[in-house]
Amino acid sequence: MIHNHKMIEARPAPSNTIGPLAWLRANLFSGPINSLFSLLGLYLLYLLLVPTIQWGLINADWVGTSRDDCSREGACWVFINARFTQFIYGLYPRSELWRVDLTFATFAGLIGWLMIPRLPFKRWVALVTLVGFPVFAYFLLYGGHFGLPVVQTHRWGGLMLTLVLAVVGMVGALPIGILLALGRRSQMPIVKSFCVVFIEFWRGVPLITVLFMASVMLPLFMPTGVSVDRLIRAFIGITLFQSAYMAEVVRGGLQAIPRGQEEAAAALGMGYWKRMGLIVLPQALKMMIPGIVNTFISLFKDTTLVMIIGLFDLLGIVQAALSDSRWLGFALEGYIFAAFMFWIFCFSMSRYSQYLERKLHTGHKR
Amino acid sequence: MSARPKASQVGPKPPFWRDPAKRSLIFQALLVAAVIASLLYIIGNTQDNLAARGITTGFGFLNNTAGFGIVQSLVDYSSQSTYGRTFLVGLLNTLLVGGLGVLAATIIGFIVGIARLSPNWLIARLANAYIEIFRNIPLLLQIFFWYFAVLRAMPGARDSLAFGEVIFLNVRGLYLPEPLFESGFGLIPLAFIVAIAASIALLVWNKRRHEATGKRIPAGWISLALILGVPLLVLVATGVPVTWDVPELRGFNFRGGITVIPEFLALWLALSIYTASYIAEIVRSGIQAISHGQTEAAQALSLPQGLVLRLVIIPQAMRVIIPPLTSQYLNLVKNSSLATAIGYPDLVSVFAGTTLNQTGQAIEVIAMTMAVYLTISLSVSLFMNWYNARMALVER
Repeated sequence: MIHNHKMIEARPAPSNTIGPLAWLRANLFSGPINSLFSLLGLYLLYLLLVPTIQWGLINADWVGTSRDDCSREGACWVFINARFTQFIYGLYPRSELWRVDLTFATFAGLIGWLMIPRLPFKRWVALVTLVGFPVFAYFLLYGGHFGLPVVQTHRWGGLMLTLVLAVVGMVGALPIGILLALGRRSQMPIVKSFCVVFIEFWRGVPLITVLFMASVMLPLFMPTGVSVDRLIRAFIGITLFQSAYMAEVVRGGLQAIPRGQEEAAAALGMGYWKRMGLIVLPQALKMMIPGIVNTFISLFKDTTLVMIIGLFDLLGIVQAALSDSRWLGFALEGYIFAAFMFWIFCFSMSRYSQYLERKLHTGHKR
Repeated sequence: MSARPKASQVGPKPPFWRDPAKRSLIFQALLVAAVIASLLYIIGNTQDNLAARGITTGFGFLNNTAGFGIVQSLVDYSSQSTYGRTFLVGLLNTLLVGGLGVLAATIIGFIVGIARLSPNWLIARLANAYIEIFRNIPLLLQIFFWYFAVLRAMPGARDSLAFGEVIFLNVRGLYLPEPLFESGFGLIPLAFIVAIAASIALLVWNKRRHEATGKRIPAGWISLALILGVPLLVLVATGVPVTWDVPELRGFNFRGGITVIPEFLALWLALSIYTASYIAEIVRSGIQAISHGQTEAAQALSLPQGLVLRLVIIPQAMRVIIPPLTSQYLNLVKNSSLATAIGYPDLVSVFAGTTLNQTGQAIEVIAMTMAVYLTISLSVSLFMNWYNARMALVER
């Protein structure tokens, strides 16, 4: 008997193992309890999303100049539109806004350079960001030199002030934090206990009491007649507070470096600063970057507290705009706008730090 | 003298700044001198400034009459009370919102953290969305949102939102029924304590028996039934000696019951929701930190899935979870100081705010406020060090 062997055409996989239906079964309806949770979740989404979209997008008013352009059925984004420049730049003179733009464009360029792994000269760019850029930003934002008119700090506000506070706090806190962390690991008992007390003190109190202290007690500490700018007081408070947190991040990074590295450097005859500066810190700093980004995120959120001592950061200026008699009753819109701005910054930074953590974590993982 | 090698044998003696021991002494002496000098400079300036402004120093002001009222106090307080009393009221209010915040944040955080690991795609995504939204928005903004955009926008007393005609929410706050205990109620806490003692005894006995014979009874469920059931039985047996004082609308406002002021509600909601998003991440990473080999080993012993979690994963995960969890609790207590922005009468608001402004005693007031927070943080840190030492893995 001769059989005519003929291969059967490959059949598609059963419809219950591939495609959207199978995905639904595996991920949402794998059992009765799971199905119940899925339905509850869908209902919750429906309850939350439908009114939000109707209020915020479909029934919302976008263009106009005054509150009369708003129908009151949905969100009134006209309010945000009308106040947008103020929310971003505070009371900075309208003709000088390019200075703020230029400062932050430069900053974005430097940070972008540092964040993209492929670009070269990282060390020099980091040095420029930490040392050169603050000087550049001071001359550009405050003015008074090179023919730029002075812009007093009480006119600074909005998102710009939030960024200035966060960046200054960070740039100031990083070197102090590194010194404190090195001191905390020092063999010298007095240096060590000084650093421990300093770090634990600032970490133990809320930022708001630090800001109160900076705004109420700092003038008392200065010689009679010397007055410190309110913004500088906030800078000092934030930097001291942040440096303690930074010190703990740096200490964590230092602990991750095996002791053998330092011992090998000592065996080569290197002194303390050479061992730290050339061998230990460069390795440790790389491991610290996710931690540093995370403390920067919390600092960025904490800058909102300066409104309690009378500075108008992004939240402060939104809050002030809400009590404007021409725009009463738009609290929800104002807060959503501010929350959205903060969220964009914090979320993208936290994503970046997670990406770094994954890149640094090369161990076996399941 | 003779033990010392001769200078000619080891070459010229190095200068003293090359000697690490002497150098560290000099360095530390310089640090002490710098700290003392700056302290003296600050103290001198402060004394001059205080003298120029005519402010007396010292803690005598604590016995003066405060002269202002506080909307919420857990102890007797009136505008005739002293500043010392104000301090106490503020401290208790801070601890109240801190304690209730910790409770709520833990519950929400554990639920969201476990949901984040759910095999159900939608539930895991919803939990993730919760974490990412609330963690990345400043706490102060969230407090403002709940206070100004939600609670201040509630209807007036006449149009209150009613929940089952016993709980009412309006622009002035949340009105809850208040339990009034009659005589004979004292038996119920007693029954509760007895039930707890019996449960502990049962759990200990069960553990010993399990270790000795390998047999176990569901002691956890039995103790839960005891703790809930016995007080309930006593309650019914004594004829329910509790009446509820339900809030009622009289005129323009509600009378009776417990009033929760909107400032407290907003602060409590914001603190719990914000901290819960951090706790959820801690719970998730704690559970994920346990190596997959542990689960596989437990399954190889043919433990059922529930016991794998209860006996293998959770005890190990708690070791990872508890240290960062405590620091989140500390953060919550410290963050409760944001109360001052919406006028909840916490320590910072009534003491470092109103009292400081009225008396001008900046140094004493700020020092006392900071001392309170430092005491809380340091005692929790000490507890954590003790706990970590106890729980540390004993490695061979």
